[in-house]
Amino acid sequence: MSRSGWAVLFALLVGLPWIAGDFYVNLTSQIFIAAIFAASLNLLVGYGGLTSLGHAAYLGLAAYASGWMYLKFGLSHWIIAPFALLFTTMVAGLFGLVALRASGLGFLMITLALSQVLWGLAYRWASVTNGDNGLSGLQRPMPFGINLERPAAFYFFALIILVIAIWLMSRFVASPFGAALRGARDQPRRMRALGHNVWLVRWITYVYAGFWGAVAGLLYVYYHKYIHPTSLSLTNSAEALLGVIAGGSGTLAGPIIGAAIVVILKNYASAYVERWNMLLGFVFVAIVIFMPDGLVPGLSRLRARWKGAKK
Amino acid sequence: MQFWIIQTLNSFALGGLLFLLSAGFSLIFGLMRIANLTHGALFMLGAYVGVSVLKVVPNLWLAALASGAVIAVFGGLLERFILRRLAGNSLGQVLVTLGFAFIIADLCLIVWGGDPIPVQTPEFLRPPLIIGGVAFPAYRLAVILIAVLTAIGLYLLMERTRLGAMIRAGVDDMQMARAVGIPVSKLFTVVFCLGAALAGAGGVIGGPILSAYPGLDADMLPLALIVVILGGVGSLVGAFVGSVIIGFVYTFGTALMPDLSYVILFLPMIFVIAFRPRGLFGRLST
Repeated sequence: MSRSGWAVLFALLVGLPWIAGDFYVNLTSQIFIAAIFAASLNLLVGYGGLTSLGHAAYLGLAAYASGWMYLKFGLSHWIIAPFALLFTTMVAGLFGLVALRASGLGFLMITLALSQVLWGLAYRWASVTNGDNGLSGLQRPMPFGINLERPAAFYFFALIILVIAIWLMSRFVASPFGAALRGARDQPRRMRALGHNVWLVRWITYVYAGFWGAVAGLLYVYYHKYIHPTSLSLTNSAEALLGVIAGGSGTLAGPIIGAAIVVILKNYASAYVERWNMLLGFVFVAIVIFMPDGLVPGLSRLRARWKGAKK
Repeated sequence: MQFWIIQTLNSFALGGLLFLLSAGFSLIFGLMRIANLTHGALFMLGAYVGVSVLKVVPNLWLAALASGAVIAVFGGLLERFILRRLAGNSLGQVLVTLGFAFIIADLCLIVWGGDPIPVQTPEFLRPPLIIGGVAFPAYRLAVILIAVLTAIGLYLLMERTRLGAMIRAGVDDMQMARAVGIPVSKLFTVVFCLGAALAGAGGVIGGPILSAYPGLDADMLPLALIVVILGGVGSLVGAFVGSVIIGFVYTFGTALMPDLSYVILFLPMIFVIAFRPRGLFGRLST
């Protein structure tokens, strides 16, 4: 994107709370959270070639850990958040050990099974998770005394974290390590022959993706002030994966745009037709059949063709 | 004593249902390299179709057959017209099955509503079987019998018939199978129909135990996945042994530690993945 393009985007994002009503500010906050979540999944799917159908595990775990510690000990969010992130990242480390025994469809099945087990646990372990009722009575944090209950305040909070997250993830992908990750995706054998530890590269990426999934989970629970087992469900993992694929996996902007589309679709679908699952299914099928590369690569191909035609 | 006998029977009965579900999943995966994520939804759809058939024909076994046939046709259409278009793109195929799993689940919700629908146990299997002063729930025994017969039937089909030999050849080396003139594409449809039929009939047979409810798909799919990861893809014996293990682990886990029953499912799976990633009886590394 050109410099003027970035400036317009920046002005739009900063100015939005003054232009739009609370509904749209809240909707955009949800998009930011979904974007962080989808971008973290994209590290695995797009750059690592490892399609996970269990990424909701990290969002849900961090959210539950945060909510449980808040209700149980009444600690400040400053203390809870690092613990929740650490705990979730450690679980990601363990799950990574299991899931990365396989790649391809085996990886997909194991991640799905692991996250479904957590989902079942969230329903049944009522003494901790409060079962189907979920954990309620939570509050948003007050960083530096700023009250995040106001939609605009939360919007900027989420925006700042989104910018930091995307910046750090782009650094990760652009680094030599990121190059090794893409190499492990495209030519695992050659990378092994070159002396890279393909497994370790994938595991580190898995843990890193889990960490950002946990960050998204904290924002998720701050936003909703409530957490329910559905946050761990296959639907939630699938929505994020749809965002990644619809936007274009392996691109930085793709998952953000994809996540925005999914959130907007979901919002309108549940407001008017209440058939979100069916719509989600149809969009999945349509994307895979008609636009397998996703929107962003599709559009940039169109743009390249248009530019070529102009010459 | 009664507790242990009942729970053991329950374990075997759940194992039998899981076998009906996971045998098809495993065969489809072995031959087509597709993780068919509609499988849980097909099980649920089968249960619901069975509920509707039972309103007209009050016979559970006929309902199971009819439902199996309906689901087989559905699976065949799905394979023929959707999955075939994506041949060679196994990730795309898996995502399409995931999409259809959501569509089927929502359709069931529209057609049959959100309340659980109980399925009646056949009249003659309602009184428990009393042997030596211990009461055995008769229907569970029948489920176990059906599962064992199905397993024997599938085993004979795979090991003793020409069709089975062709499927095994496709599982072991698809390119070579094609080269010697085995119609692998037709086999895909046959196996997909067979797997779908087993799932659909399994849904009806499981009805008196599980009933038909929204979310049945999401409850069954992870169990089937764990069975297949445990037993190894493409292996009937693996699906059978895995089903029995998970049937036991899940049933006793639920009875003894209801809060943590799902965590206990982890243990056999992690153990197998750590020491034998292809599964206990797997021929393929995934």
